Amino acid sequence: MKAGSNIEKLFDRGEFVVTGEIGPPMSSDASPVREHARFLKGYADAFNLTDNQTAIVRMSSLASAVVCLEEGVEPVMQMTCRDRNRIAMQSDLLGASALGVRNLLCIAGDHQTFGNQRESKNVYDLDSIQQLMVLSRMRDEGKVWGDNDLDEAPKVYLGAAANPFADPFEFRVTRLAKKVKAGADFIQTQAIFDMDRFERWMAEVTSRGLHERTHIMAGLVPLKSVGAARYMKNRVSGMIVPDQLVDRMKAAEDPKEEGIRICVEQIEHLLTIEGVHGVHIMPVAWEKKLPEIVERAGLLPRPTP
Amino acid sequence: MIIGEQKPLKEIISNLEGHETILVAGCRSCVAICLAGGEKEVGIMAESLRLHSDINDLGWEIAETTVERQCESEWVLELAPLVEEADCVLSMACGVGAQTVQALFPDTRVIPGLNTSNMGAPEEQGMWSEKCGGCGDCVLHLTGGICPIARCAKSLLNGPCGGSQDGMCEIDPDTPCAWDEIFQSLKRLGRLDLMEEVIPPKSWIPSRNGGPRKIVKESAVLTEEEKHTKEGLD
Repeated sequence: MKAGSNIEKLFDRGEFVVTGEIGPPMSSDASPVREHARFLKGYADAFNLTDNQTAIVRMSSLASAVVCLEEGVEPVMQMTCRDRNRIAMQSDLLGASALGVRNLLCIAGDHQTFGNQRESKNVYDLDSIQQLMVLSRMRDEGKVWGDNDLDEAPKVYLGAAANPFADPFEFRVTRLAKKVKAGADFIQTQAIFDMDRFERWMAEVTSRGLHERTHIMAGLVPLKSVGAARYMKNRVSGMIVPDQLVDRMKAAEDPKEEGIRICVEQIEHLLTIEGVHGVHIMPVAWEKKLPEIVERAGLLPRPTP
Repeated sequence: MIIGEQKPLKEIISNLEGHETILVAGCRSCVAICLAGGEKEVGIMAESLRLHSDINDLGWEIAETTVERQCESEWVLELAPLVEEADCVLSMACGVGAQTVQALFPDTRVIPGLNTSNMGAPEEQGMWSEKCGGCGDCVLHLTGGICPIARCAKSLLNGPCGGSQDGMCEIDPDTPCAWDEIFQSLKRLGRLDLMEEVIPPKSWIPSRNGGPRKIVKESAVLTEEEKHTKEGLD
């Protein structure tokens, strides 16, 4: 056992793991995180707390993760390479571990020009693969980067992102392999809309045996409307939304219901794909729908860790 | 070469406030190639300032000159008689040139006429792109001859992020993804094995994070005696 987090225990037992996501507020009031945590408790095994997603200033992922812990909900703290150098990353991991955060997701982060601090300077002292190297070494060898011993190593289960829909496609599994080599215990993918491409990617993942060295969680975003589908197709980088999905949303009498139905169908399909060990559901600004999705997909009740 | 571009005239004029005898000093090296601060641009700048002075009845006296390389004191010292006549130098060179002028003539204010941007190359006529991040620890042998420090928006070292699509960077549909280019280059070179390597955290000590950098080539440094001899010859 590396960290003893709920999701680590469940993965180790071979359970199909479900994670959700809570976006921290643009506020110094933590009650939105608290309310989401209370409402969502029991409907997923852990929840990601995003780290200033789309480079918009929000409550920190560490503080939000601690609020979740107070509510008895397991957090996955996201940590971008955009805003921290290796000093801050290591320091925040020590702090997070001290406060009881047991899962951390290493990501490059959206470029600062997307957000509300366009004039800021990014850091990228490390990239997400180097971040995994540094943080897993802290845990496994009890050393900070550069060899100084820690009195107490952090207890953390390390995650990383993977995007099967970015290019060049033929490098995408290699990149995953590098993340696994660098220390990724679990992987959450970019939201899947193009299931064919995801399956092609997974086939290569399993042929390289990577599904046995890390736990792949398939990312899902339930579509709220045809507008949302079009937006993600045209405006969100690193996403592929097939036309037939846009058409299906367009033709639907009740688009919201159709979006949920698509998501449930996707989960049912993902359960049949070799090497997929869980789903990461991101109902962006639609958190209240998570329980319904998980229930309709037959993933309730969640197992006790 | 060093790529720069002229500051807006309005900003230059505002920065020149309080000065009356202005020497516009250009450079025949990099900034001439990137059409920002060579002899021609110096002429246009000097004429624009004269016009501005005439229209607004400011009585400015504008002199103009262009040296071979404004970053080397040997050339900049030639400016001495002209600097003596001026109460300010508008440097049309890169930031290095402007600082060299300031260092050699510490009693005269130097105003930058350009914004110095990057180490790059001409892409096509009238277009220049950044190529080198000057990190002090070159990795081009690992990256197919394409610099990820300068050309990737996140200076990533282990491959393209999730925002790379159709060869383009997530920050702008007109910006190529450097890591896509690296991948294609290594593929052409039959060295995709290099894409599999995990590149560990980089030391930024030789980069500017270690403070201003200084390179000393011992074999070229003159001894006190040699300096004395050289001065004697001069």
